[in-house]
Amino acid sequence: MGSRNTLSHLAKPIVSGAGLALLSGCNRHQSALAPFGEDAAAIEHLTIVMVVGAVVIAIALALLMRWAVKSPEGSLTLISGERLIVILGAILPAVLLLGLLVYSLPQMRPHPVEAADLKIDVTGEQFWWRVRYAPPGGEPVISANAIRIPVGRTVLFRLTASDVVHSFWIPGLAGKMDMIPGRVNELPVKATKPGVYRGQCTEFCGLSHAWMAFEVVAMEPAAFDRWLAAERRPAKPIDGRGRALFASYGCGGCHAIGGTDQSGTVGPDLTHIAARRSIGAGALPVTQDALVRFIRASSEVKPGSRMPAFPQMSEGDARDIARYLGELR
Amino acid sequence: MSLHDQDDLALRHAQEERLRAAWEPPRGLFLRWTDTNNNRVGVWYTLTAFGFMLFAGVLALIMRTQLAVPDNDLVSPATFNQLFTLHGSAMMFLFAVPMFEAVSIILLPQLLGARDLPFPRLSAFGYWSFLLGGVFVLGSIFFNVAPDGGWFMYPPFTTRTDLSGLGADIWMLGLSFIEVSSVAAAVELIVGILKFRPPGMRLNLMPLYAWYILVVAVMILFAFPPLIAGDLLFEMERLLGWPFFDASKGGDPLLWQHLFWIFGHPEVYIIFLPSIALFAMLVPTFSQRHLLGYPYIVLAAVGTAFLSFGLWVHHMFATGLPKISLAFFSAASQAVVIPTGVQIFALIATIAAGRVIFSTPMLYATGSLAIFVIGGLTGVMVAIVPFDWQAHDTYFVVAHLHYVLIGGTLLPLIAGLYYYWPLITGKKLSDKLGRTAFWIMFAGANLTFFPMHFSGLLGMPRRVVTYSAELGIGWLNMLSTAGSYVFAAGMLVVVVDLCLSPRRAKAARNPWNAGTLEWLALPEDENWGIRSVPLIETRYPIWDQPDFMRKVDEGRFFLPDAEEGRRETISTTVLDARPLAVVRLGGPSWLPMMTAFALGGVFIFTTYHLYWAALASGFLTLAVTLRWLWTTAEIPEKPLKPIGHGLELPLYISGPQAPGWWAMFITMIADATAFSGLVFGYYFFWTIHPEFPPPWADGPGLGWPMIALAITLAGWVATIMARTMNKRDAALPTRLLLGAAGLLSVLAIPAGLAGPWLSGLDPTAHSYPAIVWTLAIWTVAHSGVGAIAQFYALARSLAGRMTAQYDADIRNVTLYHHFMVFTAIVTWCTLGLFPEVA
Repeated sequence: MGSRNTLSHLAKPIVSGAGLALLSGCNRHQSALAPFGEDAAAIEHLTIVMVVGAVVIAIALALLMRWAVKSPEGSLTLISGERLIVILGAILPAVLLLGLLVYSLPQMRPHPVEAADLKIDVTGEQFWWRVRYAPPGGEPVISANAIRIPVGRTVLFRLTASDVVHSFWIPGLAGKMDMIPGRVNELPVKATKPGVYRGQCTEFCGLSHAWMAFEVVAMEPAAFDRWLAAERRPAKPIDGRGRALFASYGCGGCHAIGGTDQSGTVGPDLTHIAARRSIGAGALPVTQDALVRFIRASSEVKPGSRMPAFPQMSEGDARDIARYLGELR
Repeated sequence: MSLHDQDDLALRHAQEERLRAAWEPPRGLFLRWTDTNNNRVGVWYTLTAFGFMLFAGVLALIMRTQLAVPDNDLVSPATFNQLFTLHGSAMMFLFAVPMFEAVSIILLPQLLGARDLPFPRLSAFGYWSFLLGGVFVLGSIFFNVAPDGGWFMYPPFTTRTDLSGLGADIWMLGLSFIEVSSVAAAVELIVGILKFRPPGMRLNLMPLYAWYILVVAVMILFAFPPLIAGDLLFEMERLLGWPFFDASKGGDPLLWQHLFWIFGHPEVYIIFLPSIALFAMLVPTFSQRHLLGYPYIVLAAVGTAFLSFGLWVHHMFATGLPKISLAFFSAASQAVVIPTGVQIFALIATIAAGRVIFSTPMLYATGSLAIFVIGGLTGVMVAIVPFDWQAHDTYFVVAHLHYVLIGGTLLPLIAGLYYYWPLITGKKLSDKLGRTAFWIMFAGANLTFFPMHFSGLLGMPRRVVTYSAELGIGWLNMLSTAGSYVFAAGMLVVVVDLCLSPRRAKAARNPWNAGTLEWLALPEDENWGIRSVPLIETRYPIWDQPDFMRKVDEGRFFLPDAEEGRRETISTTVLDARPLAVVRLGGPSWLPMMTAFALGGVFIFTTYHLYWAALASGFLTLAVTLRWLWTTAEIPEKPLKPIGHGLELPLYISGPQAPGWWAMFITMIADATAFSGLVFGYYFFWTIHPEFPPPWADGPGLGWPMIALAITLAGWVATIMARTMNKRDAALPTRLLLGAAGLLSVLAIPAGLAGPWLSGLDPTAHSYPAIVWTLAIWTVAHSGVGAIAQFYALARSLAGRMTAQYDADIRNVTLYHHFMVFTAIVTWCTLGLFPEVA
């Protein structure tokens, strides 16, 4: 990101050292202070510069205040007092803030996006994420609740919402962007470090706002291309009781499983659900027990979820469906 | 009466008896609530707002308990959403703004040497509205129907009746009701400051508190109406299905965000500036010198007010607006640091220049300044767009806003509490308890909110009922929860201190040795406010004008008597405070309370879709209001009254000299601002749609809007002619013209509605017909009110209460119609002509 001023170079080890000591033990997967993308890294740098500045100003003000209280009567005359007001109250902040603006505003400049870059359409829904990969020159790939991106390539997120306002935030990658019904907001990003991260909805969106998260996997470009090709493929042709039950309970009215006649679009696509690390948009891990629980009464896990409960469904039926879903990799 | 008359002790006693009788408060179990005196109403107001604050604080404690550990399920999401919505809404609408108005109702007349505010009954009306609305909104949580959309209520979550229940209506209607009373209080405070200063108190001699309240009240005038307009659109969508915010029908959720934050950002300064105002009073007292840099601080306050209206988009940096406008609003947000810096350094310079007495209020003032500075510095950070993209809607912002509000509102108010308690009760609060409470709260606030900076950057969004243990922020949240209990303990110490106060002995008069007028108050409070209205020559008259207190007390200044047994005070000119008139003030009455409850009925019945009851309540409101108005602009028994020193002042004024005219003018500015919020909506839709009006929609046409405009213009001309005729004492032509004008205003209603009606515009189909109907209805409703005003003036003339000399009614009605014509021109040209040119 080019050269930075020397102050911040000096300050970074001190501040981040102290910060690391303080925050050791904190998870690095959903943190603005553990960037894996160019934008988040630049903002982290900006944060450190501003924190150092803020601390210096706060200490200076505290010392000034101490002096003001201790100083004997008449330490300032009317003239010197007014000079203090104008210089410290108006001129100094104006200069400092002008500098800060000149330094920070160019960072709003987005990555240039080209036609050949991968586009990912993400739609916020109560309370999950509809994901559609639109690779250049290829057919789109439908997915949900997990996002994979290649490291080192520019990716353009096109964000909207279907029902209420949501906000798309992967703190380690970049700042957030709102998802607003009727509008499409663009967020270009570039990941730098492979790994598994987490993102979350940050605009209050209803009862399960707290459980509207998703995993983010940054992959080496070649691995990503292989994964996308696999994701594009229909589900494994598995026959069995689970698949039949899935159809007979009408799950396909809302959920699609590629390669079968289950093609609902109301809820998340389940073609490769077992390849994800969570179900219910970050609500539960992908285990058989969690799947059973979610299938029978999703709104116990996620209040306000639009998926109906199936109180009449037997434990056995639920297990069979869960087993079937558990094989959809 | 000459100067030496006041040497006569018996005369002075007789005067005091007469004053005491005129200002005698109503007594008795029920009657006492009809009181309108600012001392009484202001104290009720303050205590109620303080109570609401404690309630909202308890809600926060429940939230902090839920968030103490990860994946907790102590509180259900449905309850939690109500908790944070109500906590924020109550702190903003039921505590911070009303508290400043309440304190000002108590202090302002004292500061200005007036006997009461210009419209004591309006203050009482404001109080009863506030109490009713506040109980209505807060009580909803006990029925599990409290609002649950967050305090900024973003649609479409909140406008969809399948997602948000009754709570959204309670928020919109209950708080709109309170916003109306806030605007009423602002009108009262502005008129009080402009027209009720003591003789000689030119604008540049005004105590800084009054300057700040003037600035803040003007801000309310321009900030609240856009929100009221937004509330109107919001409820039209919820109750009638008019799709202003529904993207599938041409609406846009962002329209609400703009209207809300055009209110919401000035709101931040509306609640912060009064705290600086308190500092500007107590810092000179405890530095025992004049405030250094008076002109700078006034300019800075005005500058802050101006800038605060140009920053609202910094709440919307993540909504995908164009980068260029983000850069502009980022720079504007930084710019507000400069006037804030000037104000803070003026206080510091005063402290440095003076001899500091480090009293309990001073401890609170410096401590809150320290907390505020931290909030201000993080404010600079979040005003930087890229950083805000990370911090926005996370706990970092929660930390920032609480630092600002605790340092900029809550602790300063407690500084004010410890400072002004002797003024109100005649007793000092305990220094020991006060200092103990300060240190507990100071530690608690930092312990609660400092860790939140980190929990936010470590990935904790705002408004989550819980968080995953894997984020690793459990210990930060545990610290915050512990801190919140510490803070609450400190607040409890303050409450204990207040409760012990009745057992303590009276303090001396002016116990802090302050220099400003309000400290003339006697420990044994007299309802009359001030013994005689002084002539002001300096900013700190108690310090600088020789023998000042004695002269006031011995009635040696103006208006030392109440010969006719009426409540009176002196009104002066706006700029240089030359005496203009003796104004007679309304005394105790049931009318304010009845009006408040009737108007409250309109809002509350509408919430429950009881439209007939709401309509009945509306008619009752109209009836009570007219009855109330009928008592105003009373014709005095004699034209002039001596006020001492050989001065005689009129007992009746009208037009731009009169407080009533100013109240009308200011109210209409607020009204026009709300209207511009709606017009903004129309043109906002135009900017977001490639074709607006949509090609398939037939607009209201050109004909009917132009006819409606012509009729309104004719009614306006007739009103002006009636005013002229009245001036010439030609009663019959005046009455004929007023009748004709009233009929024209009535006619404007069907003419205005004919356009959209006859062209079959369906307001539920699309945002275009919806906004057309809204503008048309807004305007014809104003025609309706205009007609009532014209017929009212006619009735006053017929009843002999309006004559050539006593013409306040017709002048105020004419003023209303000036604004009416402005509204009509904008509406009918927009609706009729804009589709032709668009």
